[in-house]
Amino acid sequence: MTIAVTAQLICFSILSLVIIIGALGVVLLESIVYSAFLLGGVFMSVAGLYLLLNASFVAAAQVLVYVGAVNVLIIFAIMLVNKKEDLKPIDNLKSRTIISTSICFTLLSLLIRVDLTKVWKLANPSSSIGEESTIRIGEHLFSDYLLPFEVASVLLLMAMIGAIVLARRDVMNKDISTGLPVDQELIEKSKEPLLTNKN
Amino acid sequence: MNVTSVPLQAFLIVSSVLFCIGIWGLLNSRNAVRVLMSIELMLNAVNINLMAFSSYIDNNLIQGQVFTIFVITVAAAEAAVGLAILLSLYRNRVTVDMESFNLLKW
Repeated sequence: MTIAVTAQLICFSILSLVIIIGALGVVLLESIVYSAFLLGGVFMSVAGLYLLLNASFVAAAQVLVYVGAVNVLIIFAIMLVNKKEDLKPIDNLKSRTIISTSICFTLLSLLIRVDLTKVWKLANPSSSIGEESTIRIGEHLFSDYLLPFEVASVLLLMAMIGAIVLARRDVMNKDISTGLPVDQELIEKSKEPLLTNKN
Repeated sequence: MNVTSVPLQAFLIVSSVLFCIGIWGLLNSRNAVRVLMSIELMLNAVNINLMAFSSYIDNNLIQGQVFTIFVITVAAAEAAVGLAILLSLYRNRVTVDMESFNLLKW
């Protein structure tokens, strides 16, 4: 066993442990802020796995997009909606939890069984392009994946406009429910919510 | 340099576990932000799968890496729109409890 093999194994074990424990923390921790920061750790470890797979470009994209954009967006959303509230108890919560947990474990055992029993037709390691992968990704994006690449830009534009329209409070001149003109100032004022829970 | 010491199955098992944790969080969270985080976990599990297959089975053309780039793009768009929907919901309901979003429930 050479030192490179040992280093790869150690890196893989540490990264996968961090991923799984961090993901468990994301879904199980009480505080949502801790979950958000653990989610950032999970994203970083996934980027580490990509580096282990010789994909430096995708690892950089993962760090930039997930840690730099998505995680920051999630933390901002938590900051905007983080209000202590007492959750109403649900009557059949216990049976729900049992059913969903058993479904998850069934799916997990099915997936692991498929992973372990299927014989994968592995490629010859000598045909690997290794560090050239960034060049190959660029070739793909501008030849056979050109249409999806261009459509992705339209999709991002649509998502940006949609997010602005959805998150802005006053995009219309008149309030739909009351018919009064809305003030277009930047500072949010407290307003009666449209659909408060009456029951 | 090529990864030969870590078997492909190890990557697949890690991604399976991550995907199932994501599904569990999606089904069991009461907080809407946590539901969005679980969706991101599931997308990451799928990305690990794509990357592992691209590196072990298709290591010359690496189409899996291109797919991962597109998945990351769509995930970013999804996160932006999802959080905007969440803010809009919070404005109208003053809660992020998933159980109170029942307007379409019969």
